[in-house]
Amino acid sequence: MLSSIIWTPLVFGLIGLLVPRRFTAWVAVLGAVITLGLSIGVLAGFDPDGGMQYVTDVSWIPGLGVDYSLGIDGVSIFLVMLTTVAWIPAICFSAMRSTERPALYYLMLLAGETSTLGAFLAQDLLLFVLFFDLMIVPFYFLFGVWGRDRGGEDDHAGSPGEGAVSVQSATLKMIVFTLIGSLLMLVGAIAAAVISADGGELTFSIQTIVARGLPEGSQNWIFWFFAAAFLVKMPAFPLHGWMPDSYRAAPLPALAVFSAVLSKVGAYGFLRVVLPMMPDASDLFQTTMLVLAIASIIYGSAMAFTKTDLRLVLGFSSVAQLGFITAGIFAFDSTGAEGAVLQMVNHGLVVVPAFLIVAMIAERTGSEELGPMGGLAKKAPVFAVIFLIVSMATLAIPASANFIGEFYILNGLFQVGAAWAIVASVGVALAAFYALRMYQLTMHNPLPEGSDSREISLRDALVLVPMVGIVVVLAFCPQLIIHGSEQAVDSSIAIVREVAK
Amino acid sequence: MTFDAPTIDYAGLSPIIALTAGLVVIVLAAVFDRVKRFGPGLALLTYAVTAGCLIWQWNADLDLVSGALRIDGLAVTLSLLAVIAAAVSVLLAIGDPSETQAGRSDWLALLTGSLLGMVILAQATSMLTFFVGLELLSIPLYALCGTNLRRRESLESGLKYLIVGSVGSATLLYGLAMIYGASGATGFQAIADGLQAGDGMLSDSLTLVGVGLVAVGLAFKVSIAPFHQWTPDVYQGAPTPVTAFMAVATKAAAFAVFIRFFLVALGPLADQWDVMLAALAALSIVVGNVGALAQTSLKRMLGYSGIAQAGYMLAGIVTATQAGVDALVFYLSAYVAMNVAAFAVVVIRERQTGFSDDISTLRGLGREKPLLAWPLTIAMLALAGLPPTAGFIGKLYLIEALIDDDWTWLAVMIAIGTMISLGYYLRVVAALWMSPAGEAEGDAAIDTASLPPQIAGAQADPFEDPGADRRWYLVAPALIAMAAALFFGVIPQPLVDFAQHAGDALSVWVP
Repeated sequence: MLSSIIWTPLVFGLIGLLVPRRFTAWVAVLGAVITLGLSIGVLAGFDPDGGMQYVTDVSWIPGLGVDYSLGIDGVSIFLVMLTTVAWIPAICFSAMRSTERPALYYLMLLAGETSTLGAFLAQDLLLFVLFFDLMIVPFYFLFGVWGRDRGGEDDHAGSPGEGAVSVQSATLKMIVFTLIGSLLMLVGAIAAAVISADGGELTFSIQTIVARGLPEGSQNWIFWFFAAAFLVKMPAFPLHGWMPDSYRAAPLPALAVFSAVLSKVGAYGFLRVVLPMMPDASDLFQTTMLVLAIASIIYGSAMAFTKTDLRLVLGFSSVAQLGFITAGIFAFDSTGAEGAVLQMVNHGLVVVPAFLIVAMIAERTGSEELGPMGGLAKKAPVFAVIFLIVSMATLAIPASANFIGEFYILNGLFQVGAAWAIVASVGVALAAFYALRMYQLTMHNPLPEGSDSREISLRDALVLVPMVGIVVVLAFCPQLIIHGSEQAVDSSIAIVREVAK
Repeated sequence: MTFDAPTIDYAGLSPIIALTAGLVVIVLAAVFDRVKRFGPGLALLTYAVTAGCLIWQWNADLDLVSGALRIDGLAVTLSLLAVIAAAVSVLLAIGDPSETQAGRSDWLALLTGSLLGMVILAQATSMLTFFVGLELLSIPLYALCGTNLRRRESLESGLKYLIVGSVGSATLLYGLAMIYGASGATGFQAIADGLQAGDGMLSDSLTLVGVGLVAVGLAFKVSIAPFHQWTPDVYQGAPTPVTAFMAVATKAAAFAVFIRFFLVALGPLADQWDVMLAALAALSIVVGNVGALAQTSLKRMLGYSGIAQAGYMLAGIVTATQAGVDALVFYLSAYVAMNVAAFAVVVIRERQTGFSDDISTLRGLGREKPLLAWPLTIAMLALAGLPPTAGFIGKLYLIEALIDDDWTWLAVMIAIGTMISLGYYLRVVAALWMSPAGEAEGDAAIDTASLPPQIAGAQADPFEDPGADRRWYLVAPALIAMAAALFFGVIPQPLVDFAQHAGDALSVWVP
């Protein structure tokens, strides 16, 4: 069952190579929809208190002790749902526009979905690392081949223009940064398995390694090898150097899923691998991680607040959001971690429509810079309302699910120390600034010349409205996720809580 | 007086016999104009028969020729890799100017001779066969490098390789002599026994200097830094089919004897040489990867990358365990696939552009000729160690073997080296897919002024074959190698079994 979820997208991507060009996009859409259907099927049969479910475990490389082992629990189920949901608008949005070399484009997009799902479902440490590394390959091609160079000359007078960016250097930066982390993680993963086996039978099963435990001294360095990979992927504050350039160069539909889902794999990795496997080290470095998380929140919010490129506003707001999520996880408190899981889903659901809206704004104004924009709401009330909902969710307005998520996280942080929570809450305030500024400068004010206030087309509405609908529904019943993930989150942080006492 | 002739195990010797017979036939065929054009076919037939004999002897595990040779899993697997590499070179050389200028059969005879040296080397268990095999491997290669008679670079590379290679051989010979002096034996097993029996011989400076010199000599052959300087120049100058052969087959054979000599003959000294080899491996990883960053010539880049890859593989010997040997053989097999895919595309591209291997000639290939772009892309991703390719599993295997034997720092070095390597491997991918097809500035046609003085009666012929990407014997190796690199990345177990067959052969000597 889980295998079919993982491989369906790739299979449809490959079918797309064989069918005539004009059908390729629709084959891809079909693949994504079927994957969503399968994941809904899993969700329907999922028991929140049942621990690891739908387990698949076959030997893959017996010579190396690597198994093809999959499973789903209360944390991964929601991230799998997020993934399968998020890919549909990205693919549909592309399908409604013409794409160069469509067969390859959709193959890469769907291969990205396959590898992301694989990372969320893998229960073998090496399989997880493999999928984690694999994720970056299709996105390297997506960003590199379908991205575009951004010249500094695009910028209008008065706006602090970003420097010119070439696709090649941006994608290279991205992949080098990401792989630096994940290669160290590969070493760390193998070391964790070998050390925990201690001469016994070598296995990479996450559960077995957790059960066997690692000596404290080894935990300390293995922790950082894993943390490097996850922090780069998110990206967290000092390791975000690849983010601005690649975000500016990337094609927007691919960027939407990249920002929505791939960043969560890092946070998920902390919850699934780092905390249970390296509880002593996690406890030891709790303060460091919290400092990094808070720094990400403040830095990301401040940057989002000053940037004028819409992609960068969203990109840095992601840095801040991921900071919140990390803080929630490293609070070692069930409320905080549950909030983090909820927030992962929330952020993913909000970011996808946000980036697609940026693409639509660019179609109307020919620019992605905030400076010369405005007035788009004039003749497009529906478009404006959709954007308003997305902006409000981003700033975590009370009654939105994001509000609940951040509230839970702050609550968890409060248990660690009031100071942490107070500093982090500055981020919440800043979020209101940048989200409102983004909305105001695009939708209100007079319409500048050359811009076109055009109502959202029916087909685009078909893509966006369901996404926004899910955001609204989730605002009413966030407890679905909170309760669903409770048992899994508790078992993830149980060991580290034990140690922290 | 009775005289007992040594028993000759014809079955065990069959790969060597087949190859020798084939060599004789190829040389004789050169005399007859009518059969001359069947040269490549004859060579391929010879290799097929040899491969058949090797597979026939798959489970063999016995000493031959009074213990001078030994056919076992290690010999069989690594000889097979060399034979495959040679077959690919024969295909890639069809119609290549180097082959036609050198006289087709002569070229093929040289290649087959070198391959014979490799097969002997992979089986060598005595210092004599070791050295004879190594020279038989090297001397035809020196000549092969210079077979592109009208290109100065080719001649230069042949000469350079000859000089550096001779220095390497001489160093090795000195080392062997010293070890002989210390142990009083030539057979690998006898050396180990002699060293252990001799009083204090394990830490005697005569032994240690000998070990050092042997390591240096072998490092020259497999291009381990700091004995690598010849590699980029020779790789670039030599005709590309020869470069492909050198890059892949030489490594396979030289690593076979590297493993056997160090783990069997010098096994008792493992604690002395492991740190030295680890340092060489680490240095190689750094030098190779950093050196490759600045290259614009694809062949030079692959040369430097070969240095780094040799460093990764050497790490497998450092562990002195069976798992290390398994990992090395696995990596080497994957390396064959990735390099064949890369070099085949380079050959095709060179023929299309009048012998330019500049990375800029690849621009826009992804859009125009996906059939060429994909093998090169997969080769680069595999060399860079990305999933889902055999390169990823190979790195995984090596790192696992290293950590298992407490060489974590070397495992981290491999990870760091891999990070650096992304910088140049992905530059190729970016050129293929992410650059508009611009006709390369300063088009690559041969600069007539730089040609060497004309050989009497010969015309300088700027060779160009725009249809090279439709020739099956060039495209098929690229596609098959690409498929192999992907297949063994997704289903690695068959290749793991292959590699473990090599490691099992050493189970008597190493843990």
